Amino acid sequence: MLQHTLAELSALLLARKISSEELLRAYIDRNETLGRELNCFISFIPELALEQARRADKLLQTGEASALAGIPIGHKDIFCTEGIKTSCASRILDNFIAPYNATVVERLNKAGMVTLAKTNMDEFAMGSSNETSFYGASLNPWDKQRVPGGSSGGSASAVAARLLPAATGTDTGGSIRQPAAFCGISGLKPTYGRVSRYGMIAFASSLDQGGTLTRDARDSAMLLGEMAGFDPLDSTSVDHPVDDYTGALDKPIEGLRVGLPKQFFNSKLDSGIADRIDDAIKELEKAGARIFDIELPNTHLSIPAYYVISPAECSSNLERYDGVRFGYRCENPVDLSDLYCRSREEGFGKEVKRRIMIGTYVLSSGYYDAYYLKAQKVRRLIRDDFQQAFSQVDVILGPTTPSTAFKLNENMDDPLNMYLSDIFTVSVNLAGLPAMSIPVGFSDSLPVGMQLIGNYFDESRLLNLAHQYQTVTDWHEHTAEGFEL
Amino acid sequence: MSIDSSEIRKIAWLARLAPGESEISDSALEMGRILDMVEQMNSIDTSEVEALAHPLDICARLRADEVTETDNREHFHRIAPSVAEGHYLVPKVIE
Repeated sequence: MLQHTLAELSALLLARKISSEELLRAYIDRNETLGRELNCFISFIPELALEQARRADKLLQTGEASALAGIPIGHKDIFCTEGIKTSCASRILDNFIAPYNATVVERLNKAGMVTLAKTNMDEFAMGSSNETSFYGASLNPWDKQRVPGGSSGGSASAVAARLLPAATGTDTGGSIRQPAAFCGISGLKPTYGRVSRYGMIAFASSLDQGGTLTRDARDSAMLLGEMAGFDPLDSTSVDHPVDDYTGALDKPIEGLRVGLPKQFFNSKLDSGIADRIDDAIKELEKAGARIFDIELPNTHLSIPAYYVISPAECSSNLERYDGVRFGYRCENPVDLSDLYCRSREEGFGKEVKRRIMIGTYVLSSGYYDAYYLKAQKVRRLIRDDFQQAFSQVDVILGPTTPSTAFKLNENMDDPLNMYLSDIFTVSVNLAGLPAMSIPVGFSDSLPVGMQLIGNYFDESRLLNLAHQYQTVTDWHEHTAEGFEL
Repeated sequence: MSIDSSEIRKIAWLARLAPGESEISDSALEMGRILDMVEQMNSIDTSEVEALAHPLDICARLRADEVTETDNREHFHRIAPSVAEGHYLVPKVIE
């Protein structure tokens, strides 16, 4: 039964052909043998999951269960889970038991989903390889010498290896889409404000957005339908109606205008990726999509602006980790300053400290205008470029990443090179737009991701396009050697 | 862009971090390189552009001034490093 997608499992559970407990036990067994190899999880919680599964089975017996009832899921360890360790992959939160649930977790719990694991990630979601995790990197099931991408690397790796049917993730600069691309699965980052950030540990508050990592677009649509919606507990949550995402999947895409930004197809793009994207464009044309060339002229400024805005917000958000109220505290502090400084120095990893330092610098007296204000102005230009493009096309299409999954340790000593792996994804966060990555084939046996970018709150169109592509191709059904079902 | 060690020490203090000597010199080099990359922003003129702080131009929501949160002190103290008699303990601040 592990071969089934979320949508198929839902039908089986609702028809009472399988029980939630039976399904969960099958996933637990698979994880016993294959889970440890990939280091996908920070916490694996089968006992608590069994209690949830039994409750879901009771709900399913009443005939009033939701479509997601009884299905196991993993939550990125950035989402607070009441009574369960929530570490954000950092030493500073290694002992942190969250006192409440994130809204995303609360909603999926209410829908009857079963939390089997908290997934590995880059520390505080700062990284593109999962290697900054305090618990060590999770690995890519397609090649265990390679990274799964990041920061939602554990979620992507687990779904790709069929260790979970679905997982949550967060995306500040590409942290759902890039690992989805590297691991050959479907990843959706919704519009900023679409999914509540309450209880989602903050990295860069104007960029962070929770989303889904699933096998296909239909599963993303099902999950998003439950996760999305206004939340009074999140001051940046947007009160906008939630579309019927699954209902829109089967619409024909005849006449849909798809734009290819010239700046995404440059000489730095791996030729194997360019070829796969070309193949996918041909498939969409066959289905009736109309293809246009478009311009996003300020794309090259997105990484510079992002590496001012995100560290600035990070340095401010991470001030709360001071060794006083929760989390790690250094041994024998001599005074209050020593307590703050040493708890933070010992509790945070290298990349997190690097970003706190950059953020503190760009916000410090005398530098604010040159860096932070300048970056906010560039941010407007980037957003305006997208709005100009969306006056001509319905969806923007391009590669998710400039290369396929890179090797472990390849970029750890070169932060700038690591930052550039998000070149096609960060502009979307700066503009606050929804986007997804779906698998479109392989280059040198490694998965290639195609990125679809939509206008604000147009998730249903992205999911529709992705689903239509997935009905005529089977790239989303491939599994890595050693993880077949 | 070059940043010297004394500037790194100042930033580290503002950020309440305590880097060792080798981290300070590494940071100086790395931050210089990252800021060089960031300065590509100066290739365009933005003097006429308004800053954008938030992608959706939304304003802060208001709510009635009512107490909505309950007292969770005991709950929160259970996850604190050091507490006594209902207070968080820190090293002595005033002699």
